[in-house]
Amino acid sequence: MRGGWSKTFAVIGAVGLLAVSACGNSNDNSTGGDASANKDVTVFTWWADGGEKAGLDGLVSAFATDCKDYKFVNSAVAGGAGSNAKQVLANDLAAKKPPATFQAHAGAELGDYIKNGQVDDVSDLYKEWGLDKAFPQSLLDNLTVDGKIYSVPANVHRANMVWANPAVLKKANIDATKAPASVDAWIADMEKLKAAGVKAPLATSKGFAQEMVLEVVLLAELGPDKFTGLWKGETDAGGADVTAALTKYQKLLSYSNVDRDAIDWPDALGYVNKAQAAYTVMGDWVAAQQLSDKVPDSAYTYWPAPGTAGNFQFLSDSFTLPTGGQDPDGAKCWLKTVGSAEGQKAFNTKKGSIPARSDAVATDYPKYQQSAMADWTANKIVPSCAHGAACSLGQNDSILSAISQFSGKQDVATLQKALATAIKSS
Amino acid sequence: MHGRIRTWGPGALVLLPTVLLLGYFVYGLIGSTFNTSLTNKHNARPVPTKHVGFENYVNLFGEDRFLNSLKNLGVLTVAFIVGTLIFGVLWALLLEKGVTGEGIFRSIFLFPMAVSMIASGVVWGWLLNPSQGDDARGLNRLFDLLHLNFLENPWWTAGSRWTTMASIALPAVWQLSGYIMALFLAGFRGIPGELREAARVDGASEFKLYRYVLFPQLSPIALSALIILGHMSLKLFDLIYAITGPNQFRTEVPSVYMWNTLLRSDMAKAAGIAIVLLAVVAVLVIPYVAYTVRQETEE
Repeated sequence: MRGGWSKTFAVIGAVGLLAVSACGNSNDNSTGGDASANKDVTVFTWWADGGEKAGLDGLVSAFATDCKDYKFVNSAVAGGAGSNAKQVLANDLAAKKPPATFQAHAGAELGDYIKNGQVDDVSDLYKEWGLDKAFPQSLLDNLTVDGKIYSVPANVHRANMVWANPAVLKKANIDATKAPASVDAWIADMEKLKAAGVKAPLATSKGFAQEMVLEVVLLAELGPDKFTGLWKGETDAGGADVTAALTKYQKLLSYSNVDRDAIDWPDALGYVNKAQAAYTVMGDWVAAQQLSDKVPDSAYTYWPAPGTAGNFQFLSDSFTLPTGGQDPDGAKCWLKTVGSAEGQKAFNTKKGSIPARSDAVATDYPKYQQSAMADWTANKIVPSCAHGAACSLGQNDSILSAISQFSGKQDVATLQKALATAIKSS
Repeated sequence: MHGRIRTWGPGALVLLPTVLLLGYFVYGLIGSTFNTSLTNKHNARPVPTKHVGFENYVNLFGEDRFLNSLKNLGVLTVAFIVGTLIFGVLWALLLEKGVTGEGIFRSIFLFPMAVSMIASGVVWGWLLNPSQGDDARGLNRLFDLLHLNFLENPWWTAGSRWTTMASIALPAVWQLSGYIMALFLAGFRGIPGELREAARVDGASEFKLYRYVLFPQLSPIALSALIILGHMSLKLFDLIYAITGPNQFRTEVPSVYMWNTLLRSDMAKAAGIAIVLLAVVAVLVIPYVAYTVRQETEE
């Protein structure tokens, strides 16, 4: 009996092992076979819902008309600012199984992929499709690394925006139509709002939202050139002017909601819409959110963050051509759609961003985007760290950690030291 | 010779798949991770890496962020184990004393275990909202409605390391107390009734009965509970990630820090953190394994 049992188990064990290895093989074969037969173009994004998904759908319909030979395969991974998606992508790239094309923030964040040799140079395609003429020179300068361009931007977002509730401002007799002239004037307004019974005038949320508040204060206090230099290591991060800016940031945080580490940016925007707060600092994807939440235009107002008027703090979602991708021709067709006038229109009217091309027709777009498009051509362009235009992923990780530490135990010296260390790291 | 193969051959065959799978997927990968932690592979660049000895470990233990995450982990583990044992044993005692509808209570207590950590983390993230007074939401709102305002607190967003990590441990305690209850209840039921009767006949009070007769027999169960809870606490990632998000300095533990490090493609550092975590788990598990092996050989 004993021998019988052990034999049975031995057979089961051996069969199990065979089955495991067989499964592995058959999976490999089937995925490899399908991809080459069907001309699929797998597009990797973190646009899974809301205005972002609507924008992607717009791009897909343009792709379907432009590239009839290919089929769009959605490989989106949900998660704020792509935090989960970037992890999945890093694994796929490390395993040398890149998608046909993937989404990446243009600028320093793309720099990681370039240094790692994971994306191809697309400068020739720019000439072939006339993109070098269609995009403004300031954007091309920001995209160029050592004379080469590695991605095609689908849009431009503006980060240094304040969204305000005019009804709340009116309670404290503050003029809602124009921004306070400086951070100090803004702080004075917050004091007035507190006196008028608004407990937390500035609504903000966890992670990158607090980083965006810090960035607009730094931009206002340092000015665009020193601000841009800060991320490149040209401006002394330990300087007295940075200390002064960080002290003002601390002051601003004292006017914000206590649950700032527990909520996400749509909740913070909700505080403004529900008249529990007066302001929130957030990028212009707020315009799309307000549209989908059916908040009427008259219920909110917006202006560049105090002291940063004349500066356009940009971030850009762009698509790349990964090295060793499955079907480079299909990926190129996707990139061509992304860069085309129709593709940009289909995408941006829905996502709440503005087209990267300067030949777009303003009247095709809603009210907010029209003002942003005017600023895009007239303003000075500065990059954003929170959204990868000025910082690498590693730098941003260290800065986010320092900011969350500061949100709890507010020590300016520790924050400044951590900021300087983060900028020096890679 | 042929006869001897017949005796041990089938057994070896049965074990072979396990040995191979474990050898590769557990021990092989531990070795590979340890090897990575000794290199300078700090990015995804396909350049040859070289061994740098224990440099990554020296850097890690000189880093505020890592030391902070280790301290957080220590506090979390203590709060989690103590909290879960208290509730688990208490519930087991209550059920053991005999109540009507025991099955229903058992299900209620065990039910949270059926919820995945990531799902309960999302809900608890909302329950642990730090707003108080008129703006209160989540648990604070409940306390406000019940006029228990003294219980309202900012949870993990303010205060000392103890209040922070104890707040994070709260959902984990909620999830696993039922499991510990089940363990202890099984233990109580395993003790023969004659022992109780004998103790009662000898005139032992109810307290003395538990103190000197029942609890000493549950020490192996208590030890298993301690090990299970301890290693679960060290692995805790999904719950913390769901409640606080990544990059929260106040609540960061090594497993979350490892995730953040992997995201920036710093393989060597991430592998270093993994090995430190493994070492901490080993400190907990090895004495337990040694103890059980000795027990078994004595028997």
